[in-house]
Amino acid sequence: MAWTKQILRVNLSNGTVTTEPLNMEWANDYLGQRGLATRYFVAEVDATVDALGPDNKLIMATGPLTGTMASTGGRYSVITKSPLTGTIACSNSGGFIGAELKNAGWDMIIFEGKAPAPVYLYVENEHAELLPADDLWGKSVWETDELIHKKHQDPQIRICCVGRAAEAGCLYSAIVNDLHRAAGRSGVGTVMASKNLKAVAVRGTKGVGNIKDPIRFMREVAAQKKVLADNAVTGAGLPKYGTQVLMNVINEMGALPTRNMREVQFENAHNVSGEAMHALRKSDGKPNLTRNAGCFGCTIACGRISTIDQGHFSVATKPEYWGNSGGLEYEAAWALGPNTGVDDLDALTYVNFLCNEDGFDPISFGATVSAAMELFAMGVITLEDTGGLDLSFGSAEALVKATELTAKGEGFGKILGMGSKRMCEKYGHPELSMTVKGQEFPAYDPRGIQGMGLTYATSNRGACHLRSYTVSSEVLGIPIKTDPLATDGKPELVIAFQDATAAVDSSGLCLFTTFAWSLVNIAPQIDAACEGDWSVEKCAEVGARIWNLERDFNMRAGLTGADDTLPKRLLKDAANVGPAKGLVSGLDVMLPKYYELRGWTTDGQLTEEIRNRYGLPA
Amino acid sequence: MLKSLYINPEKCTGCLQCEMACSYENEGGFNPSRSRIKVFTFHDAGRFVPYTCTQCDEAWCLKACPVDAIVVNKLTGAKDIINDRCVGCKVCTIACPFGTVNYNSAIGKVTKCDLCGGDPQCAAACPTGAITYIDADATGLERMRSWADKINTQHAA
Repeated sequence: MAWTKQILRVNLSNGTVTTEPLNMEWANDYLGQRGLATRYFVAEVDATVDALGPDNKLIMATGPLTGTMASTGGRYSVITKSPLTGTIACSNSGGFIGAELKNAGWDMIIFEGKAPAPVYLYVENEHAELLPADDLWGKSVWETDELIHKKHQDPQIRICCVGRAAEAGCLYSAIVNDLHRAAGRSGVGTVMASKNLKAVAVRGTKGVGNIKDPIRFMREVAAQKKVLADNAVTGAGLPKYGTQVLMNVINEMGALPTRNMREVQFENAHNVSGEAMHALRKSDGKPNLTRNAGCFGCTIACGRISTIDQGHFSVATKPEYWGNSGGLEYEAAWALGPNTGVDDLDALTYVNFLCNEDGFDPISFGATVSAAMELFAMGVITLEDTGGLDLSFGSAEALVKATELTAKGEGFGKILGMGSKRMCEKYGHPELSMTVKGQEFPAYDPRGIQGMGLTYATSNRGACHLRSYTVSSEVLGIPIKTDPLATDGKPELVIAFQDATAAVDSSGLCLFTTFAWSLVNIAPQIDAACEGDWSVEKCAEVGARIWNLERDFNMRAGLTGADDTLPKRLLKDAANVGPAKGLVSGLDVMLPKYYELRGWTTDGQLTEEIRNRYGLPA
Repeated sequence: MLKSLYINPEKCTGCLQCEMACSYENEGGFNPSRSRIKVFTFHDAGRFVPYTCTQCDEAWCLKACPVDAIVVNKLTGAKDIINDRCVGCKVCTIACPFGTVNYNSAIGKVTKCDLCGGDPQCAAACPTGAITYIDADATGLERMRSWADKINTQHAA
């Protein structure tokens, strides 16, 4: 069990909300969340659909372990077709709304059509209705959250919503829940706004009680919580430094993309690192970091709660930003910092606040700003184009201003909201866009961490670190240490990580558990909670099935093997310093082997044999 | 030795493992809304605070109950609710200055922390040690120790 076995279907065009039973045959093949929602999505949506048209759908889905006591069991996923990449988009988030939705009795909500005027969905257990949101339109995430709480007079409601960036059409807009957690990547928020859906507000008091074998489940949960606590990464590193534990480490190994990936080391990385967040500021004697925070059920608590120096130029006249909110995580700190050459921790924290407040992805945003900075340095973009904004690498003032413009979709912010690919094409330099399938890279240079190059190139949602985090193996030695500079064995490694990750994403658990856990630790928890047989082998098979299904959707959407590539800069320009000096990405060696191991054709197409093996829909 | 729940908000990360453990133990499901311990988030201040019944010696709830449905558990010191006697009048919820006795409309009775009969599951589930179950006569010991640690005695030695 563990599934509630009920889904909500919301037709925004007609304003109707209906319920239907969960397809348990599909649940047995795809588990939940990412996998199961993708199965629904491909069954109902034509792959060639316009991502921002009414025929695209948007699914919010929980996993069978969401809302349970399994550590990190608070995740939910958003599945739709991405307006940024044209691929399947699957973005997941922690916080508390996933568990609240499950507590209200729902595995999944499917949104279809487009509302004629702004609405939000209010769910209170079995009661669900669309309510007008005219007064919320034009409001930020933070304002919307406050207004809905006030309106319903219930502080316990959990809310996810889109901000002004999504309304303005920023193509990498996020859906933000619990003020500072986000389904951040691939523009899922842009799709939500295109449907005139401002927010989903949920109150669930029914609880999750349908565990298959509760006594065994509680025993497994306690044992696996201990594994997380005893592990150096999940028990010590992440609680203390968050994901920012990586900033100095990745910089030292020459894999920290700097100034739009022209360089692989940032001379001031230590100023924006996890260690720097702990240090007392010279200006006001206080640390950036107030404390760590956990999402629902999470015993790791990598979340950062931070403040900005009240005298800092970004907030000196804005007391509304003097309090605590979600602080920098590694990917955001990198994209906004080293990648733009900015080393001002308070400025990065302020920009991170704005990304949460108005709901847009700091990775894609930072990478787009950095590409704009390179175009500016080349003289391709001028002060005239930017409206007077001096977009020099390293300018905190420019970064702050660019963020404020993008948050509201004003001026040059409208251009930045297109994302790096479209912006670089617009100015005649597509080669300067550090993207795969239109999505910006995260914080690992594929020249210094070779597995990540193959990860980016083959990711089903465009460049992304959360589809196979080989950094675990290549940097941290988890589960086994592999040489980050070698290409040998990386196709095998990437496939193993891709499949396992798809299974973890579908369970309701957080990927960060996999610093300590493998499927050996995770499968028994799923098996104790869910009906059916959930062995390690079954979970891995489900992961592979999900991967192939996502790939199949992308191929139907018009992508080909030719899209599994990297920007020329990473394939031609060798790293200039550090341990990877002289290396380019060895994608040309890894990709054919990857296709072969996947059982695909030499040009990356799925074969009938693979379709049959995984029972993919015709 | 009588023991008390000792809550140190400094260590709380707001994960709600305690609420789930409590609801599982007492209600048979993972349901934070039915938990007898609640974690409050003060977002702007960056604080998380778990809060539950303090098991007052002079228990307002017990004294207010018109049907003697709240009794002292001699083993644990907890003020337990006898469900068979509770008539759901809610006077105890008014009497409690801390709001830690609450009405459960599903069963028509009030509920409150009973220390799980001496093995509080919230403490067992807390991953950070923010909730511990310790000697009732020495709840300040850890705090004393941390302050003692800050006193520089090197010069005196």
